[in-house]
Amino acid sequence: MNSTITYREAVRHAIKQAMEKDQRVFLMGEDVGHYGGGYAVSMGLLEQFGSERIIDTPLSESAFTGAGIGAALGGMRPIVEIMTVNFSLLALDQIMNNAANLLHMSGGQFNVPLVIRMVTGGGKQLGAQHSHSLEGWYAHIPGLKILTPATVQDAYDMVTLALADPDPVLIFEHAMLYNNKGLLDTKVIPLSIGKAKIERLGKDITLITYGASLFKALEAAQTLSDEGIDIEVIDLRSLRPLDDETIMKSVAKTHRVMIVDEGWKSGSISAEIMARINEQAFYELDAPMGRVCTLEVPMPYAAHLEQAVLPQADKIVAMAKKIMEK
Amino acid sequence: MDLDLANKLYHKMLLIRRFEEKCVEMYSKEKIRGFLHLYIGEEAVAVGVMHALSSEDAIFATYREHGHALARGIHPNRIMAELYGKQEGCSRGRGGSMHLFDAATRFYGGIAIVTGGLPMAIGMALSDKMMKRNKVTVCFFGEGAVAEGEFHESLNLAALWHLPILFVCENNLYAMGTALEFTQSETNISLKAASYRITSKQIDGMNVTEVAESSEEAIAQIRSGNGPVFLECLTYRFRAHSMYDAELYRQKSEVEEWKQKDPLIRLPQDWSDINIAQHEEEISHIIDEAVEFAENGTLESVDDLEKFIYSSEVAR
Ligand SMILES: Cc1ncc(C[n+]2csc(CCOP(=O)(O)OP(=O)(O)O)c2C)c(N)n1
Ligand SMILES: [Mg+2]
Repeated sequence: MNSTITYREAVRHAIKQAMEKDQRVFLMGEDVGHYGGGYAVSMGLLEQFGSERIIDTPLSESAFTGAGIGAALGGMRPIVEIMTVNFSLLALDQIMNNAANLLHMSGGQFNVPLVIRMVTGGGKQLGAQHSHSLEGWYAHIPGLKILTPATVQDAYDMVTLALADPDPVLIFEHAMLYNNKGLLDTKVIPLSIGKAKIERLGKDITLITYGASLFKALEAAQTLSDEGIDIEVIDLRSLRPLDDETIMKSVAKTHRVMIVDEGWKSGSISAEIMARINEQAFYELDAPMGRVCTLEVPMPYAAHLEQAVLPQADKIVAMAKKIMEK
Repeated sequence: MDLDLANKLYHKMLLIRRFEEKCVEMYSKEKIRGFLHLYIGEEAVAVGVMHALSSEDAIFATYREHGHALARGIHPNRIMAELYGKQEGCSRGRGGSMHLFDAATRFYGGIAIVTGGLPMAIGMALSDKMMKRNKVTVCFFGEGAVAEGEFHESLNLAALWHLPILFVCENNLYAMGTALEFTQSETNISLKAASYRITSKQIDGMNVTEVAESSEEAIAQIRSGNGPVFLECLTYRFRAHSMYDAELYRQKSEVEEWKQKDPLIRLPQDWSDINIAQHEEEISHIIDEAVEFAENGTLESVDDLEKFIYSSEVAR
């Protein structure tokens, strides 16, 4: 395939192809079958693969996520869909205490080739229990790999990469991206897990981001370029492992850094990235690093409040100018 | 049941008893540290259930799993080495008492989050069903687990998906220091399982013969494709919850009463030809060897500490 499709279609296509190729792959989660997926990702898959491989589960996040771990131990390649990251908190025991720990606890005997996909992020006025970005939290946990596809190509590639990985991989699909259109080329060799991608070359500031914020960052970069500020935009793609090398190389070139992260500031992945730059490239910096994050409040419902809480292109532009003044 | 089998079961139960008594000694000598949950008193459950399994079946157990590991056939040397934190341990010293693992015998822990093993056991049984393998998954847990949501989620899935799984509830009446009657409105646990339409039965967990026979029946039913079975085994731990506690939550007389039902006393009552002295003799050698093995084990290099986080780094 080499065509323009939506992010949603790209994820679906990847799952479909994987299931056609490998009998061990199956999808389970709430409403993935008859309903077609909470965000319509799995629409049509039940008809093609049947209810034994597209499994509608009860509202039992902990049990079906744990069942994914057990099935992975038993030789299957399960894809567990958790409707949104907020509900994954009910499965945190299984994700952290079991999936992430088993390989180590068993002295290397039991790896868990499990893929968990979930929806993350705000912007749809869904309030404080359906809009948070907790992928940075998950990136805290050794034993997990945390992927954040932003582009249509990555929406496809990351399912494939995750299924090929011997360890538990969590994929965070941002709710605002599903209708985005982009080019998917299924013939290109995907950039591996743990590799960031420079989405825009620039010389003045390194802007590090991931997920839906990538597009706000690119929009801001365009605005700034009209004003003579040249931004290099890095899409992290993977929050664990982090691609220190790509980050530090860019910092060594631009000497200025800003991070855009839809998580809250305190204890966030943006804080981690700043700490690493401090450790590895402190003397490269010409100015204090800056960041644009989600304000530290639970997500409000009202549209203007929600938009004020989230990172936005204008805030990114303002931050970039501030960094350039120093 | 015949004398041969009675001897075999007795041997395993006595091995667990003496092994754990040695653990207590080594704990006092500070060779073993951390939590150490003893199975003493409950041996008939693990030994009876394991008797009914084939080597292809999978086991998930809890933090009180020395008995299960021994009954399953993980070598005592490797278990003792694990308790010592040595590289030769069955989890390379990464797990400890609460996290015994062994791929060869399909022993999946050693899960120390109450109820944490149930969902994984469901998934294992699901994989067997999907791959059309005639295997059974057995999941052990205490009666304390019944209060957790994961328990109910898991039983529902097992019944709904008609999975080849045996649930074994070790009802020893206490979750740490809290008696079952203080935490459950319905204290008959087999009834709860039955409410999920799971074949379920309450049995005498101090009687290894009854456990073995009920397990054989259960496994036969599961293997013939009739879905999950739930066994509630009424049992009792003779020791504290972990190594030491003040046991303020129960009467000494209650403990003494249950000790009269000791499975190691019970079985020879039915089979007077069991040669206890001979078993003791054999087992004392096994235990001595296990201690020696653990003592002589290696402490893994600290340089390898970050291995075993991702498969690509594992030095197999
Ligand atoms: C989820 C969780 N909560 C609390 C604990 C602490 N804890 C360890 S064992 C235990 C009691 C469990 O009792 P039961 O399930 O009856 O098993 P038993 O120890 O009697 O074998 C508790 C509360 C834990 N390990 N996991
Ligand atoms: Mg108990």
